[in-house]
Amino acid sequence: MGSRTPLYDQHVDAGARIVDFGGWDMPLHYGSQKEEHHAVRRDAGAFDVSHMTIIDLHGEQARAFLQYLVANDVAKLKTFGKALYTCMLNADGGVIDDLIIYLITDNEYRLIVNAATRDKDLDWITEQAARFAVDVTERPELAMIAVQGPSARQRAAACIAAEWRDAALALKPFNGVQTGDVFVARTGYTGEDGWEMVMPAAAAKDVWKTLLAAGVAPCGLGARDTLRLEAAMNLYGSDMDESISPLEAGLEWTVAWEPTERDFIGRAAIERIRHAPDRRRFVGLLLEDKGVLRNHQKVVVADRGKGEITSGGFSPTIGRSIALARLPAGDYDRAQVDVRGKLLNVRIVKTPFVRNGEIRIDI
Amino acid sequence: MTELPGDLLYTSDHEWLRRNDDGTVTIGITEHAAEALGDLVYVELPEVGQDVESSGEMAVVESVKAASDVYAPIAGNIVAVNEELADDPEKINNDPYEDGWIVRMTPSGDIDESDLLSPHDYQTLLDELDD
Repeated sequence: MGSRTPLYDQHVDAGARIVDFGGWDMPLHYGSQKEEHHAVRRDAGAFDVSHMTIIDLHGEQARAFLQYLVANDVAKLKTFGKALYTCMLNADGGVIDDLIIYLITDNEYRLIVNAATRDKDLDWITEQAARFAVDVTERPELAMIAVQGPSARQRAAACIAAEWRDAALALKPFNGVQTGDVFVARTGYTGEDGWEMVMPAAAAKDVWKTLLAAGVAPCGLGARDTLRLEAAMNLYGSDMDESISPLEAGLEWTVAWEPTERDFIGRAAIERIRHAPDRRRFVGLLLEDKGVLRNHQKVVVADRGKGEITSGGFSPTIGRSIALARLPAGDYDRAQVDVRGKLLNVRIVKTPFVRNGEIRIDI
Repeated sequence: MTELPGDLLYTSDHEWLRRNDDGTVTIGITEHAAEALGDLVYVELPEVGQDVESSGEMAVVESVKAASDVYAPIAGNIVAVNEELADDPEKINNDPYEDGWIVRMTPSGDIDESDLLSPHDYQTLLDELDD
């Protein structure tokens, strides 16, 4: 038996198929992964993401510490509640994890890291923090629910105390606010509008019930994966890991090169490959033949060599198979993928594949 | 899950066979297999006229989650494939024992039913998986 979130019993009662995910017993789907996917693109869906690890940093050097710890620059967080997506690198420039950092108040930040990487993240952060005046506190008593979709915020407003509702609905993307017990941020992992809500475990059941009563569909990790793939959002462990730099995982936009004097962990290593001519591409693929692209399938590029699919699957919105892939350097827009011994044709497309309910690629 | 059709034979790989009056055999995957795979999005079918060996790969069913081989429960020659699955693979989820059939074949010899499971024996297998 794995770890269970405060909502585990609700998932079982709703008929969820439960699977192990990073040591957690989590809902894969509640009947139809595709229907849950469409619910998020067309209306609203709720995900229990309480398995994710929440770490609070507090101390007068909290900011200086984060400017050393992660590749993006928390100096960009100028107002309380603002969020920043970043990678945490090792000295070789490989990605230890990707995370979201919120500025809570002066000298106080909240980090949301992946569940499967919890132990190594905590070890690493604690080790690096030793030289700074900063306290590192895990918050396992907090639960987290993501509600996503074009109608998500309106439907989820019922979960917010009346005196805070307007403030929550007024949030701009990538901003958050504490509303009584519930911290609400306009962030997500689906390519749709919505909120991610952090609250005490004891409050989570009521929030979940209120969401479902407001017409929000419960959605499992299966739909979460197809939605994030369509939105071309990276999954740690698939699209990047400790052997891959953010520059070869489509995440250069999260690296703050300026100011040049900021010396974050891994900087020297990724500076060396920043302008390397053989730096691999990280691209979106659309399958032009019939079939389904899957993780780890080999991609064959004429005259240039081979690459690999890092995340592949079927796009319920497009009705075709799509993938993210790491490919040899070069300027080309076609390749082939080895699918069980057959070479199928793929086209390189500009990501995201889908955003805010709309297909963004030519099909 | 609904009750297993009583007129079919089953395999431990969660396939079903229907012995037709004309001597051919229709094959598909069971409701249990379809549920375990999740929503199907693609089915790779064999060619009509192709010979398949017993336990040989016969088709591939792919769901949002994963790809899974379908093995031929008996040796034979493919006489028909369910072309409608190309546009609507979810027929297998919605009606695994009728509209969701996958192939029809002419067995290459007598069918040894002792290699296959009766509805009762397959139900016993499913009950054990649930425990």
